[in-house]
Amino acid sequence: MSEVRVAGVGLTPFGSHPERTGRDLFAEAALRAFEDAAVSRADVKELNYGNFMGALAEHQGHQAPLMAEAAGVRCPATRYESACASAGVAVREAVRTVAAGDADVVLAGGMERMTNLPTDEVTEGLAIAADDLFEVRAGVTFPGAYALMANAYFDAYGGSREDLAHIASKNHANAMPNEYAQYHREVSVAEAMDAPPVAEPLHLYDACPITDGASALVLVSEEYAAEHDLDAPVAVTGTGQGTDRMALGDREHLARTPAADDAADAAYADAGVEAADVDVAEVHDCFTIAEVLALESLGLFEPGEGISAAREGITTADGDLPVNLSGGLKAKGHPVGATGGSQIAELTRLLRGDHPNSDRVPDAEVGVAHNAGGTVASAVVHVLEVAE
Amino acid sequence: MSDADPADASPATDRDYAEWLDAFADGGGFALVCPDGHGSLPPRRVCAECGSTDLSREPLDEMGTVETYSVVHVPSPRFADDAPYATAVVDFGPTRLTGIVRDGGADGDAPAVEIGDAVAVDVGERVTDGERLVVFRPAGES
Repeated sequence: MSEVRVAGVGLTPFGSHPERTGRDLFAEAALRAFEDAAVSRADVKELNYGNFMGALAEHQGHQAPLMAEAAGVRCPATRYESACASAGVAVREAVRTVAAGDADVVLAGGMERMTNLPTDEVTEGLAIAADDLFEVRAGVTFPGAYALMANAYFDAYGGSREDLAHIASKNHANAMPNEYAQYHREVSVAEAMDAPPVAEPLHLYDACPITDGASALVLVSEEYAAEHDLDAPVAVTGTGQGTDRMALGDREHLARTPAADDAADAAYADAGVEAADVDVAEVHDCFTIAEVLALESLGLFEPGEGISAAREGITTADGDLPVNLSGGLKAKGHPVGATGGSQIAELTRLLRGDHPNSDRVPDAEVGVAHNAGGTVASAVVHVLEVAE
Repeated sequence: MSDADPADASPATDRDYAEWLDAFADGGGFALVCPDGHGSLPPRRVCAECGSTDLSREPLDEMGTVETYSVVHVPSPRFADDAPYATAVVDFGPTRLTGIVRDGGADGDAPAVEIGDAVAVDVGERVTDGERLVVFRPAGES
């Protein structure tokens, strides 16, 4: 088994890019990743690319060869689709490929283009990540599904809309200095509370925006990094994935996400760390309640205790355990098929010390990334550590 | 797809699902239940919980209990004229059902519902396009 190093990371600015194609977005992210890595494109042995709704948004299937061209690599290229965890699973397979010694250099990441569709069509597009027969036809939207989980959570453990508003406010504050973030605007708790409802109890600022963007990572073996004298101090030391029943109504508990429990357990075991070792986390806050469920599945908080973590200042930038220092999906943006890669790019920058928010976690050595698909029927967790 | 209206897209044909809806419309709603009591909805050949292939049709009670709900204000195109509406996940014993709460025809506001409420299951139609769907009616109004 080889240790897997993050040699380079690349992102596009997240936001609205109405006149750019997906291939151009991924090309920009990949170009930046290769510049950051100082790795030759000719050494890339595989491209693992995440994308969710390209067939709807751009009328473009079979995207992997297109993205290999765009990135300037010629190697086996595969698109991974796992809803909002598409890039997470793409990265996970890249990590496993390098760890197994099957390749020394893999390019992984993803792209999503969404703002060229009207909001109602994006709502329809995202809803296809739910069970078409028994959820979508019954009126469940993507925000609606998380709203069902939020009300179930409040009923089981307590908590309120105000607790969720503190999460929105925290993540907007974190995004302020991030050059890649979609929003550079503070949102107060009161402003979040007063926003119009999307699917009650979730209101506008509980929801991530609709985003275009791409992410790319150059992952290499420790041996390759040493041979080429690369500056690649961060290692992906653990990877885990979990699956649950597709429909929320078929889950054992409506306010828990066991797929993420399983992914976290596997990733921690792979890395040889425990939840208590984690210094910083990037989690899948597509909705504010999702950050709560993620923190509890990661074992960072007991069930029922994650809801108050932001309000109590534990997960804020100056708290003991900063969560979503990038701004999270909430404020950095959520190009769904790119998000799993962008979380690892941001965590790498935070641990290397070159993220605008790195000074919030100067001594951090262990980071965890949590990427979820659908209502967490899919979950991927990665552990990153400072290796040198 | 970009110039087509998703609301115009025909849902995938599924005979088992259509028959299952027919059964509820006729007052004979059912779940598929394995010998260990795990419920599921058709089409289903293998119990997702235990792997049993011995699934039998078991009638569901007409009344269930609301486990969670949400009032949706931003709908998908297929529900454009239905919003605002309340979705609920309702426990019927061996299985849960997800559907829209209907209070018998009032327009405008979504019907009020709370966790723990008893509701009756029925089959209704989407306002937007007339497509059939699972609906719940609060006890006392059915």
